[in-house]
Amino acid sequence: MLTNFSNVLRVCAQRNGAAAVVSARTYADFTTQATFEIKKCDIHKLDEAPATQVVMTRDEGLKYYRVMQTIRRMELKADQLYKQKIIRGFCHLYDGQEACAVGIEAGINLTDHLITAYRAHGYTYTRGGTVKEIMAELTGRRGGIAKGKGGSMHMYTKNFYGGNGIVGAQVPLGAGVALACQYQGNNELSVSLYGDGAANQGQIFETYNMAALWKLPAIFICENNRYGMGTSVERSAASTDYYKRGDYIPGLRVDGMDVLCVREATKFAADHCRSGKGPMLMELQTYRYHGHSMSDPGVSYRTREEIQEVRGKSDPISLLKDRMLSNNMASVEELKEIDVSVRKEIEDAAQFATTDPEPPLEELCNHIFYNDADLEVRGTNPWTTLKSVS
Amino acid sequence: MTASASLPNCISDWLKRPDLRIVPAFSLPEDRLNMAASVRCFLRSGKNAVSTLGQRGFHKSAPASAQMMVRDALNQAMDEELERDERVFLLGEEVAQYDGAYKVSRGLWKKYGDKRIIDTPITEMGFTGIAVGAAMAGLRPICEFMTFNFSMQAIDQVINSAAKTCYMSAGRQSVPIVFRGPNGASAGVAAQHSQCFAAWYAHCPGLKVVSPWSAEDAKGLLKSAIRDDNPVVFLENELMYGVPFEMSEESQSKDFTIPIGKAKVERQGTHVTVVTHSRYVSHCLDAAAVLAKEGIECEVINLRTIRPLDVETIEASVMKTSHLVTVEGGWPQFGVGAEICAMVMEGPAFNFLDAPATRVTGVDIPMPYAKILEDNSLPQIKDIIASIKKTLNV
Repeated sequence: MLTNFSNVLRVCAQRNGAAAVVSARTYADFTTQATFEIKKCDIHKLDEAPATQVVMTRDEGLKYYRVMQTIRRMELKADQLYKQKIIRGFCHLYDGQEACAVGIEAGINLTDHLITAYRAHGYTYTRGGTVKEIMAELTGRRGGIAKGKGGSMHMYTKNFYGGNGIVGAQVPLGAGVALACQYQGNNELSVSLYGDGAANQGQIFETYNMAALWKLPAIFICENNRYGMGTSVERSAASTDYYKRGDYIPGLRVDGMDVLCVREATKFAADHCRSGKGPMLMELQTYRYHGHSMSDPGVSYRTREEIQEVRGKSDPISLLKDRMLSNNMASVEELKEIDVSVRKEIEDAAQFATTDPEPPLEELCNHIFYNDADLEVRGTNPWTTLKSVS
Repeated sequence: MTASASLPNCISDWLKRPDLRIVPAFSLPEDRLNMAASVRCFLRSGKNAVSTLGQRGFHKSAPASAQMMVRDALNQAMDEELERDERVFLLGEEVAQYDGAYKVSRGLWKKYGDKRIIDTPITEMGFTGIAVGAAMAGLRPICEFMTFNFSMQAIDQVINSAAKTCYMSAGRQSVPIVFRGPNGASAGVAAQHSQCFAAWYAHCPGLKVVSPWSAEDAKGLLKSAIRDDNPVVFLENELMYGVPFEMSEESQSKDFTIPIGKAKVERQGTHVTVVTHSRYVSHCLDAAAVLAKEGIECEVINLRTIRPLDVETIEASVMKTSHLVTVEGGWPQFGVGAEICAMVMEGPAFNFLDAPATRVTGVDIPMPYAKILEDNSLPQIKDIIASIKKTLNV
């Protein structure tokens, strides 16, 4: 036990991580919760910022760790399958950005609503999709979350509106969901995510205007991973202070690599929205290890050194792991067990995703409409009439 | 009120007819005269529909007791559906406090308030996306475009966010939304405000595209569109807003709907099938009245729905008449008429045709402003008559 303790201390001393204020603990058990100092958010049109001293319980830590690790391994497996040509078309991977999806979900409820763009696999998971259904959708099989009809960019679950391929279009949609929440008076809110590239879209500014005008319960979140495809933020935006771009909408700039930072900021924003004060804007400063998509190696517009530096110093999973270990909230073995379990889950899912059959051809024309009579659809030639069932 | 036997010669004649004294928003007096003349051909039940355009054989329904303008029929449809289902709401520019740019939503804001009748800023892409998102989250929006020309700014939301979503999500995510507004040419509003979008929207799977003609069409089809769980593009016509029609007793019920996807034979005939939609139904019926005096009996089909196209009704008619003429206001290339011809060619009716099908369309140019140019950019009754005769080789 004492050896463990000294090991942990040594590990602690080696890393230049966040200072941890450690609460009382026993040597026999793990610490059930600890208070952590997190980076202060930059604020815009706000009088106060989210708390910098936050409490995380052991259970929360283990959960965040597991979810982030699952997303990480799922994306890496997708990379593998894509290179084996088992996944085709578009595949935009989320590894590096896990703290955003997990931190946001920790700050809202599953009864709230969320919409994002095409880098959506992580959110599909945090919003309730299973790894199996996500991977089978990527491989285009009938067991996919959209039965193979949607693919990487078009995955949906309850209160998760995708997965959207057209840059920026998801933001007005998300505000529309917020309008529905307000209309129905259900105290729910809508989170609309977009990237630094999308942040310059006109329809986003149109949305800011209406959301602020009508005080919609909408949180707009810019995941700034520094590059819109191959274009850095400096080359695409006259103002890179994305958290200020909402002008009259209060904003926060958040360390997107720290799951606790993201969680606190999200809670702060959620309280603001639920109290009827209108929308809020959050900029999460984050990073993607992969290129824009699988067809982009990701090193023509940024250096390998930069990628390595972020991996080494700011990896969200490592940050959380360090915090937990240095506060005796978990043991190395326990976290390793989680890793092994996650790996197995991913392997099983990949196995399913590669062996599940493709959708049957009879499904080709189904689901054009919802709750509609059967209809006939012209095939590729006049003699082919196909059936569509809704 | 007895009908006068003569065509109004001047505006004062027309003004003496209170039943015709409806002022469409932007029409020039000459247009109102022309419309009034057309309209009088439709008024029945006791009215001797005599005009220089001749008699027509109408299928008489049960004695009608009400007349209604198209805009009022649309208003009533929305009012009834707003009352019936609290998830229904209307948003668009000037729909609330202004009572609607063309007064179609008159009185609704006063009755239902800010929550259900929402004035938007002039940001089509934004508010259309918001409307689609609201539909995804369980509401039933009616998204008004002041004209469909402005829908081009928002067309990505209509097609990629609304039309395709049910399919992409394998039926998980529905989008019960209606996009409505005036489509096609008006009068004197020139090129950027006169385009017909029927072909553009009807091209896309996942959308239903509806194009009413009469007040009954407008009411029944709009109610169906609002009750439909799918995205419906509802193409109105500004020049028709002020035109009154008899409303059958059936249509005065709050549950009156007209099914989307069924065309209506407005006039039975034996010599030629004339397929048309929206405003041009009036023109075709007028042309048919003239041709009837020469012994040519036209079967006039009011499409009512552009997508899905009721090809069965067209085919049944063509198999009877052996001749086909399509009439529309839109441009010819890749248009509604083009599609009808292609579908008929691919089906059983082709073998019954005695002549190639003819399309009567708008002229293939951006809409000019000067009246003489504008008049000659769109199908006139004489063009329809001439085309029918040529098709029949008479």
